[in-house]
This record gives sequence, C-alpha cells and structure tokens, in this order.
Amino acid sequence: MENTFNFKEIQERPDRLAPGHRMCAGCGGTIAVRNVLKALHPGDKAIVGNATGCLEVSTFMYPYTAYEDSYIHNAFENAGATLGGVETAYKALKKKGKIKEDYKFITFGGDGGTYDIGFQSLSGAMERGHDMVYVCYDNGAYMNTGIQRSSATPMYADTTTTPTGSESDGKPQARKDLASIIAAHNVPYVGQTTFVGNMKDLYTKAERAIYTPGAAFLNVMAPCPRGWRYDAPDIIKICKMAVETCYWPLFEVIDGKWVVNYEPKNKLPIEDFLRLQGRFKHLFKPGNEHLIEAFQAEVDKRWEDLKFRASK
Amino acid sequence: MAIKERMSGNEAVAYAMKQINPDVMPAFPITPSTELPQFVANYIANGEMDTEFIPVESEHSSMSAAIGAEAAGARTMTATSSCGLALMWEVLYVAASNRLPIAMAVVNRALSGPININAEHSDSMGARDSGWLQIYAENNQEAYDNFLQAYRIAEHKNVKLPIMICQDGFITSHAVENIELIEDELVKPFVGEYNPEHYLLNPEEKMSVGPYAVSNYCMEAKKAQAVAMENAKEVILDVAKEFEQISGRKYGFFEEYRLDDADYAIVAIGSACGTIKDAVDELREQGMKVGLLKVRVFRPFPGEEMAEALRHVKSIAIMDRCEGYNANGGPLGAELTAALYRAKCNAEVINLVYGLSGRDLRVQDAKAIYEDLADIAANGLKDSHYRYIGLRE
Repeated sequence: MENTFNFKEIQERPDRLAPGHRMCAGCGGTIAVRNVLKALHPGDKAIVGNATGCLEVSTFMYPYTAYEDSYIHNAFENAGATLGGVETAYKALKKKGKIKEDYKFITFGGDGGTYDIGFQSLSGAMERGHDMVYVCYDNGAYMNTGIQRSSATPMYADTTTTPTGSESDGKPQARKDLASIIAAHNVPYVGQTTFVGNMKDLYTKAERAIYTPGAAFLNVMAPCPRGWRYDAPDIIKICKMAVETCYWPLFEVIDGKWVVNYEPKNKLPIEDFLRLQGRFKHLFKPGNEHLIEAFQAEVDKRWEDLKFRASK
Repeated sequence: MAIKERMSGNEAVAYAMKQINPDVMPAFPITPSTELPQFVANYIANGEMDTEFIPVESEHSSMSAAIGAEAAGARTMTATSSCGLALMWEVLYVAASNRLPIAMAVVNRALSGPININAEHSDSMGARDSGWLQIYAENNQEAYDNFLQAYRIAEHKNVKLPIMICQDGFITSHAVENIELIEDELVKPFVGEYNPEHYLLNPEEKMSVGPYAVSNYCMEAKKAQAVAMENAKEVILDVAKEFEQISGRKYGFFEEYRLDDADYAIVAIGSACGTIKDAVDELREQGMKVGLLKVRVFRPFPGEEMAEALRHVKSIAIMDRCEGYNANGGPLGAELTAALYRAKCNAEVINLVYGLSGRDLRVQDAKAIYEDLADIAANGLKDSHYRYIGLRE
C-alpha cells in the first residue's frame, strides 16, 4: 500500500464529506475527516460514525447531512461502542445472508469524546477488536463548548478552564499520550499523524488503518484556529513545526512493532511551535523562560522514549 | 401442544430470546438480570442460537452498541437492572428518539442507595419518560409471553419505539414456577422476520442517523414520537389478540381480577399482584367486595381505560413499589390519580408505597389495605393519602 500514493489522483477523488457544512474556515477537523475518507478506495462502501462535538453539530444539522456515506451519531462518549454495534450488526446480517456488500467502519471523535468522556467506550471497542477505525481529530481542547482544557491539551496552554493569570501559567499537566495507551491494547494498528507533506503520511496511515482487519486507531493532530489562536492560513506551518520540534512525532505501531516515520535532521526548539499560537503567548514573557524549558524537557523525554520503543 | 416446564423468570425470558434469535445482543452483567446474557452466551456456545453477542464494558456501551446495531438494520436486544439501567439513561432517550425498536429485558431492582439488589420498580419507573414502551409481568409466564410479543409491538410501522419487558428481581426472575412454553413452529411465524424500512447497511439507500436539530425542527420530531406512543395502544391490543391464538392466554393493558362488582380496589404492578389476588379471594369468601387492577402496560399509560374500569369503585389504593421523593407519592399514584380526576371518578384514592428494596408484601398486608379502603369509603379519608406499607416501626 505504501507505494500507491499519487497526490493528484487522491485529491481528485470525490469528497465523501461534502462541502456546505458549517465548520469554521480553516478547521483542522474537517481537513482530517476529508482526507481520512479519501483513503477509502473509490467504490468501497463505508459507515461513518461520530461522537458529539463541533464536527457532528456542524455537518449533520437536520435536514442536511454532509456525508456521502451512511452516518451515525449517537452521543458524546459512545462513538466506540456505537460503531462497534454497527460493525457487529454487519457481521450478523452478513452471516445470515441478509447483506452481500462489503463495508468499512470509520468513526470520528474530537479529543474530548476520545481522550476523556469517550475513553472507556473507545477502550472497550478496541479491546473487543471490532473491525473498525477510530479516528481522533485532536485539537487539544473541548472546542465545541468553548475551548476548555482536555487531557489532550498541552502543558501551559491557556484555555477557558485553565486560564493564565497572576497565579496560573495555564494548564499544569502535560498531555495524555493516547496513541500509546491504545497501542497497549495490542490492536493490530495504531497511527499518529497530522497534515504534512501533501498529506501522504495521513493518507498512508488512514489507508492502512481502514484496510487492516481488526480494530485500528488513528490520532490526527488537527489544529483549531479559534482555540489555538493563530492566523488560519498558518495551519500547515503549525503542523510542520509540531513535527519538526518532535512535539507531535509521526509514528505507527503495527502489530506491536513501533515505527517512527520521520526523524528531523535538525530537531527544532519547541519555541518554533509555541510561538505561532496565542494560547502560549504568556510563555514568551520575560521571566517565563523556565516554563519553556520545562515544556522542552517534556517533549525531549517523550521523543527519546518513542525512539527507544522503535529501536526494539 | 404447549410445552409444560418449570423455569425461573430469567430462564423463561432467555428461552423467549432463544426462540426469537435476534441478530445482536450487547449486554453487561448486573444482578438480578445477569443470568440473561449468561443463558444467551450458553445457547450461542452450544449452537442453539446464532445471535452475535457483544460483551461490552458497561451498560452505557450496551445501550450505545444496541443503538448502533439496531440503526444498522439488526434486530437487537439487551438486558439490565437497576444501576445498569440508570447508566443507560442518556442513551435510552437516543434509542427512542431515533425510533429504534430495541427490546430490553429489565429485571427490576432498587436503585442505590443504600445499595440493594432486590425487587423495586425505581429503575424502570425512573426511565418512564424516556420514550420506551414498558410492559410488566406478574410471574414467569407473563414475562415469557410479554417478551414474545415485544418485537411485534416495537417494530410495528406505526410505533417504531424501543420496549422494556419488566419483571421483579428475584421474586420472579429467580423463583422457579410452572410455565407453558410455545413451540418454535408457532413462535417463529408469530414474531416474524425483521425487515426495517430504513437502515444504515442498506446498499440501496444512504442515511444519516442522530442529527443536530434546531428549534425550527426539533419539536415536530418530538411530537411524532409522542404520536407513536399513542399509536402503540392499538398495536399492543392487536398483538395480544394474535398472541392469544397461539397461546390461549389473554392479555390487555391490565388485568381486572374480581373487579367487576368490587367496592374496594387495589391497583398494583408486578409480582405483588399474585399475593393481592390471594387476599382478594380470602376476603371475597367473607363476603367483602374487593378486587384488583393489575397494570401490565405502563407506557403507553392506559389512564382512560383504567379509570373506566375503576369508575364504580368506592375507594382505591394505588400501590407503588417505588418512592417518588416528591413529598406526594409514587409514579403510578400520580398518573392514575390524574386520570381518575379527568374521568370524573369520585372514588377516594390513597397511594401506598410498599415493597421497597425487596421487602415482602404479605397476604395479611393486602387484606389490611382492603379493610382500610372499606373504612375510608364509609368514613372518609382521615389520614394522609400517601402512606407506607410494611415499614418497621
């Protein structure tokens, strides 16, 4: 599958998330969904699931749906169980000869619905091994309700529930490493990606996730211009900096084998990622150098740990 | 010829599940409904069923997976009790509003706290406004019969609502009694195949389930759901008539036990009705004109019909195996009293809370209630209309 990436051909595939939805201009979540769905081979049928969040309330507002495939939204915290139910129905009906067609099962959730409130439902679905892909579009906060911190929010980010102030440097905790946690479920495929290099990394991982039998998990960093406070056209630059600073490493865990997909020749300092975003503005005030040092130390530790896992 | 057997209520419902053989069952164990997924898992393990069982990690996921499976086009069932039902709460509404005819065996048990595993109706009564149909059973036979009728009612094109088939935890779920089972050859054509009109896995048609709807549209969806609940009344009676043809057993919204000419009536739900019937028989022997109205269908609420059946009665005790924590009484008390008022019934009405957390209601308790009703009818209501039965002094 690796050598089949043809940017032009893939981008010319019809969108399975139709335009006309109400997501913000420049929303990373939409870029993630459109590109993951482009990894479905043309003609292949899919059922798309969705946790409650920006994506759901903006793409399926009665009586309009933006989905070219059949789609189900249930609630905030149960996208894993819901799509697991759909996939099991497929198995049952297929077994009884009631349907002949093949289907793929892909569900989307934000980091709120995935890392936090939907964590148990996701864990259950992964552990049971439903033949499905859970895609987290991780924008690092509860954006739908107005930028509250999540366990995916990076350290020191200024959010509406971790506001900076005279007694606060922003979010005190570092982010949860969800991709590792799902990898610990021993599912056949876990991938972490974002929008870099003509979407090749995202496409390749989405295709592998979709076409690997069993449960697969894809964690896609999907910046939110509102929550991260950057100029919308800067999204690709931010994604590049996230990868070049090793804040957001590109990696896969294939049948338990860890693979780092990209190692920067010159790992850039974390400031190059942080500086582009208003949520980290306070870190650049004189006297806050130690916060950037602590952030850098956390990034370095996780990067070394990832490389160690991949070296085994 | 019907099959004579001895079974517990859980075994009986599990047997109905086997006969129906739905496509999917997600379930999570909780006392006293745990046996249901166990029986089903055993039937599957031994090739007696080919239902796909999903051993979910919680009841919230159980109902969530049931919603996914049913929306996908699969006939789906689950089972739960008490806190398990409470954990499903949010998604019960999603199942009903998406008009998904899931069948759920509810083995009634007290909600916490204190934590208690015995019979009480607080679990399903708490979910009474979630948009689910609710049918209750007095004994194992009724639990079995009701489950066999469940999909016919829920899946009917004028209804399309999920259904709870309720029985009392331990008292009927675990007590072994005689039962008449119906042969597969009769059950299968009665229940029929599930062929939904719209479903996710239909290759001929794409659909989206579970929209966000603004106030311009949302209210009409809710009204349509309310109409479906009203429609269910006719369907429940039609299905009961058809069921009588294969079983010889008659069902309606409620059972009237020696109520025709009764002066004093008890209205109750579930297993306690068996006890109350004994009290009725004993008092009738002594010449006292007493009767029972046993509620079978609580959702939709047959208020008008119950009021009509009780019109001639002088005094009524409405029994709730559930506290309402509203300083006014229980849910059956509230709804039936309102229905009696609307029907301009003049009977004195009291609302009795009984049997919480598995406390027994004895024949002498029921007899004492009838004595009280006679006194109230003769001398008027002197004490509160809202009382407890069987409370430790």
